[in-house]
Amino acid sequence: MIAILVVFGIASIVLVPLARILRARVFYAAALVPIAGLVHALALGPRVAEGDIPFEAYSWFGPLGVDLSMRMDTLAWVMTIIVTAVGALVMIYCRNYFRGSKEGVGRFAGVLMGFAGAMYGLVLTDDLIVLVMFWEITSVLSYLLIGHTYNRAASRRAALQALLTTTLGGLVMFVGAVILTVVAGTTSIDAILTDPPAGALVNSALVCLLIGALSKSAIFPFHYWLPGAMAAPTPVSAYLHAAAMVKAGIYLLARFAPAFAEAAPWRPILVTLGIFTMLLGGLQALREVDLKRVLAYGTVSQLGFISVIVGFGTRDTALAGLSLVVAHAMFKAALFLIVGIIDRQLGTRDIDKLSGVGRQAPTLMIVSIIVAASMAGVPPLFGFVAKEAALTSLFDEATAGSAWAGTALVGIVIGSMLTTGYAIRFVWGAFARKKTAEGRVCQDTSWPDPPIGFMISPIALAAATLVAGIAAPVVGGMLEPYADLAGEGHYHLALWHGLEPALGMSALALGLGVVVFWLSIRTGWDRKKRLLGFQATDVYYIVTRAVDRLAVFITGRTQTGSLPIYVGTIFVVLVGAEAAVLLSGGDWAFSLDAWQHPAQPIAALLMIIAGIVAVRAQKRYTGVVLVSVTGLGMVTLFAFLGAPDLAVTQVLVESVTLVAFTLVLRRIPSRMGSHNGSGHPVLRAVIGIAVGATMAAIAVVAAGARIHEPVSTEWAELAYQIGHGKNVVNVALVDLRGWDTMGELSVLVLAATGVASLVFVTARADRLVETREKLKHQIPGRARRAARRRPLVETPDGLRVEPTAQRSGQRAWLVGGTTLVSESRSMILEVIVRILFHTIIVISIYLLFAGHNLPGGGFAGGLVAGLALVMRYVAGGRYELGIAAPTDAGRLLGFGLLLAVGTAAAPMIMGLNPLTRAVWEAEIPVIGHIEFVSSTFFDIGVYLVVIGLVLDVLRALGSEVDRQITEGRATEGARP
Amino acid sequence: MSVSTTLVIVMAVLYAAGVFAMLERSLTRVLIGFLLLGNATNLLLLISMGFPGVSPFYGAEGTSDPLPQALMLTAIVITFAVSAFLLALIYRSWQLGEADTVFDDEEDVSLRVRAEETEDALDVEEESAETGDEETTDFTDGVVSPITAAYDLNRGEEPTP
Repeated sequence: MIAILVVFGIASIVLVPLARILRARVFYAAALVPIAGLVHALALGPRVAEGDIPFEAYSWFGPLGVDLSMRMDTLAWVMTIIVTAVGALVMIYCRNYFRGSKEGVGRFAGVLMGFAGAMYGLVLTDDLIVLVMFWEITSVLSYLLIGHTYNRAASRRAALQALLTTTLGGLVMFVGAVILTVVAGTTSIDAILTDPPAGALVNSALVCLLIGALSKSAIFPFHYWLPGAMAAPTPVSAYLHAAAMVKAGIYLLARFAPAFAEAAPWRPILVTLGIFTMLLGGLQALREVDLKRVLAYGTVSQLGFISVIVGFGTRDTALAGLSLVVAHAMFKAALFLIVGIIDRQLGTRDIDKLSGVGRQAPTLMIVSIIVAASMAGVPPLFGFVAKEAALTSLFDEATAGSAWAGTALVGIVIGSMLTTGYAIRFVWGAFARKKTAEGRVCQDTSWPDPPIGFMISPIALAAATLVAGIAAPVVGGMLEPYADLAGEGHYHLALWHGLEPALGMSALALGLGVVVFWLSIRTGWDRKKRLLGFQATDVYYIVTRAVDRLAVFITGRTQTGSLPIYVGTIFVVLVGAEAAVLLSGGDWAFSLDAWQHPAQPIAALLMIIAGIVAVRAQKRYTGVVLVSVTGLGMVTLFAFLGAPDLAVTQVLVESVTLVAFTLVLRRIPSRMGSHNGSGHPVLRAVIGIAVGATMAAIAVVAAGARIHEPVSTEWAELAYQIGHGKNVVNVALVDLRGWDTMGELSVLVLAATGVASLVFVTARADRLVETREKLKHQIPGRARRAARRRPLVETPDGLRVEPTAQRSGQRAWLVGGTTLVSESRSMILEVIVRILFHTIIVISIYLLFAGHNLPGGGFAGGLVAGLALVMRYVAGGRYELGIAAPTDAGRLLGFGLLLAVGTAAAPMIMGLNPLTRAVWEAEIPVIGHIEFVSSTFFDIGVYLVVIGLVLDVLRALGSEVDRQITEGRATEGARP
Repeated sequence: MSVSTTLVIVMAVLYAAGVFAMLERSLTRVLIGFLLLGNATNLLLLISMGFPGVSPFYGAEGTSDPLPQALMLTAIVITFAVSAFLLALIYRSWQLGEADTVFDDEEDVSLRVRAEETEDALDVEEESAETGDEETTDFTDGVVSPITAAYDLNRGEEPTP
C-alpha cells in the first residue's frame, strides 16, 4: 500500500514531461496507476472480509509517534475502490475530453495523479496526523485543478475560494486532531476508536473535526465553494466533487461516527446542518439553467443527505450511509461526465440552448436516465437500495424514540422529493425537445456523434449502478463488516423487503417530485429571483475584502518609512516590555557597592563627560574622538579589572576605528549642520533616559537574582587539562566556545565584503586580477612566466608588474618620493614606519602564538598587523600600501575562514564532534617539552580574517577614496 | 552578587546618550550612537562579571570571571566590523547625494496612495470574475471542436487508434 502511494507520487511527476510526447494519450498511461491500485485492493478483498486486516507502518516522526501507517479495513477498502475505480475511469475519459488541447495537459495529468495519490493515502492511513497532512495536500491540489485555466478570472476566484474555505476548515480540524491525540495518548486512529475517550475536551475536539469535515464536504455554511468550483474542467468536477475530495469529509464522519456518535455535539450539529443543506441545495438545483450547476447544487444536497446518514452512528444507518456513498460516487460521477460530453460536443451547457438532443443521442440519453433514476431512487438501481436502507434505518430509530431521527426522516423525505425534481430537470434540460414561450417547438440542436471511447466511462458507471442494484445482497455483504463496528443490527441490503413504510415514503417522494418539477416549469418559478438578497458567497467576499482593507490600513499607519520612528519604536517596546516585567515581578534583591576598584570612579567620570559631549558635538570629528575617549575609559577599566586581553583588543580597535573614520572624513564636510532633519530633542532625550534607566535596573536586578555557581569556575581546569592552554579567555574563544568565534568570523567576512562592495561598487577587489590578465599581454613571451611570480605594484602610470630592474635594488626605498606631493610627505614618519614595519609584524605573530598561555591571541595579533598596514598607508599613500600587502584582501579573508572551518570539520572525519582539539607533544633536545594544539590553526584563521578586514577597510576607504578624489579633481580640472 | 554603582551609572548614561544619538537622521550621529551603545553593552557584560579579581590564568587564585570576558571580546570585534560597514554606508550615501541623512522611504509613503489603486484593481478583477462565472461552458475561447469518429482525420493529426 505504501509502495502504491509512492508510485502515485512518482507518476505525477513523470507524467508532466511524458505529456509533451504523448499529448492527450498520456491519460491512458496515467490510468494504469489507479488501475493497479484497484487490482491490488480487489486482491486483498477476501482477506479484508474475513477480518485479517492488512497493516503496514513506516516510522516517520519518532519522538511524536507519528507513523506513515496504512490499514485497510472494510471502510478503507470500499473508499479505495471508489477512489481508484472512478479515478481510472475519469482519466480514460480525459483522453478524449482533452483531445486537441495544445497546452496544460501535462500539468493537468500530473496534478490529477497527485490528487488521486493523496486521496489514496487519506483513506488508507491509520495515523490521524498523517490524515490531516493528506487532507491539506488535497486542498492544495484541488486549488491547482480548479484554477487549471488560470487566465480566466472566474477560475482563479473559484480556486481561491475553495482553497481558503477548505484550508480554514482543515486548520480547525488539525486543532481537533491534536487535542484528540493528546487526550488519547496515541495518533493511531484504530487505537483511538477502539477505546474512545470522553469528556468536555474531547467534545470540543469533535466539534473541530466536524468543522473540518463540513467544510470539505460543502455542508452549510461552507457550501458555497462547490457551485463556484464548477469553473473547473468537467473531469475535475467528476472526480473531485463527486467521488474524491468531498468524500474525504464523509469518510472522516464515517470513521468517527461509530465511536463518537453518542457524544453531545455530534448528532445535533450534523442533523440540523445536513438537513438544511439538503433542502437548500435541492431548491436551488431546481432553478439553475446551467446543467453543471444543477448537478453542483444537487451534489450539495446529496452531501447533506449522506452526512446525516453516515454521521448518525447506529449499525443500520452506518450500513445505509456507506451504501449511499458508493451509490453517489457512481451516479454523480457519471452525470458529470455526461455533462462534459455535451459540453465538448456542443460548446454549451445551457438548458435554453439545448433541444431535441435526446433523439440524436439515444445511448447517451439512456445512460443519463439510468443514473438520474439512481439519484432519484428508482428501483432496481443501487440508489434505490441505498435510499431504502437509509429510510428504514431512520424510521426504526424514530419509532424507537430518537427525536433527531424523526426530524432527519421528515427532512430526508422532503429532500428526496426535491432530488427527484432536479433529476428530472437534468434529463429534461439536456435531452428533451423544448418549446418556446409561445408554444412552438424549438429547432433541434445538431448533435455530432462522439466515438464510443468518449462515452465508455459513463456507460461503465451506469452499468455498475444497475448491476449493484440487482446484486444488492452481495454488495451489502461486503459492506456489513464496517457497519458491525457501530453496534448491533439485522438489516441487510436487498431490492425487496416487503411492503414497508420505507417503500411508501420512497414512492411518495418520487411521485411528489414529479409534481414539483412539473409545477416549477409551469409556474415559471424556476426563473424567478432569489428569495433572500444575499448568498453565503457574499459573506465570504465581505470578509475577505474587509481583511484586505484592514491590512492596507494598518500597514499605512505603522509603516511610515521614517528610520528614527522605527528605531524609536524598537526602544519604546524594549522599555515597555522590561518595565512591565520589572514592575510586576516579586521582591527584587540587590546589593550595591559604591565602587569596587579605585580606577572605576575616575574612568567613569571621564566616560560620562565624554559621552554627553559627544552627542552634542557640532563637528563630526569631535564626536568620534570623544566616543574614542569613552573607549579608552573602557580600556582602563579592563586593565584594572583583570581583563588584559580585552584591554589590548579594545585599544587596538579604537585606533583602527579612529583611522577609518578619518579616512572617510576626508570627503565629508567637518560641520554636521544643525541636527539636520530630526527634531523632537525632548522626546528623544526622554526615550534615551528611559532606556538608560531600564538597562540600569535590569543590570542591578539580574545580578542580584543570581543563585547558581557560575559555569566558568570549572574553566581554568578545563582550559589547562583539555585545551592545553593557560590563558583561559583565549582557550575559551578558540576551543570551549569555538562556535561563537566561528559566527563572529562570518560576521567579519560579511562586513568586509559589504565595505568593499559599497566603495568599489563594481568590483570586489581593486581589479588586481583583471589587471594582471591585461598586463600579461604587454610582457614579451619569455618573461611572462617570471612575471607571474612578481607582485603588482601601483605606479604613477597605473598598476604594473614589478619590473626586474627595480628588483635588483635600484628601487627607491621610500616609494613616497615619486608618488606623493611634497606637501603631504613627512620624512620622519616614512622612515620610522619603514624601519619598524617588520618588527611590528613579528610582534603580531608573537602575540598570535603566545596567546594560548599569555595575554594575546588571534584577535590582538591580527589587529596589530592591521595597524602596521595602517601605518604604512598613512606614511606613504596607497602605493606604499600596495607594496606592503600585495595580496587581495578577499583571499586573506577566504583563506582564514577556510582554516577555521577546516579546524572545525577535520575532527568530524575521524568521527569526533566538530572542533575537538588534538594535541601533538614532543621532546626536543635543548628546547625541551613542546606542545602544539590544533586550536592554534583556528587562531591563525582568526588572525588572517582580522588582517583581511583591516586591509579591506584600508583598501576601500583609503586607496579607493584616494583614487576617486584624484579622479574627481582631474575631471574638474579638465572642465573649463 | 554585588554590583558597582559607578559602573551602573556610567552604563546608564552611555545608553541614554547612545539612544539619543541613534534617533537622528544623520548617519554620522547614528554611528556615534551605535559606538556608544556598543561600549554601554560591554559595560553591561562587565557588570555581570562581578567582583574584579586577577587576570584569569591557570594557577591564579581569585580570578575574574572569564566567560563574560570571552563574550566581550567577541562583541568588541563585531562592533568594529559593523562600524566599518556604517562608515562605508556614510561614504556611499555622501557620494550619491552630497548628504548623509536618511530620508523617509518613498515606497512606504506612497503605500497609502497605492492602497486606493489596489482597491480599484480588486474591483475590476471581481467584476470580470462575476461575468466569467456566468459562462455555461468549459471551452470559453469560443472554439467548438466536437469529437467525432472522423475528428483526427479532419484535423490532420495522428491517425485514430
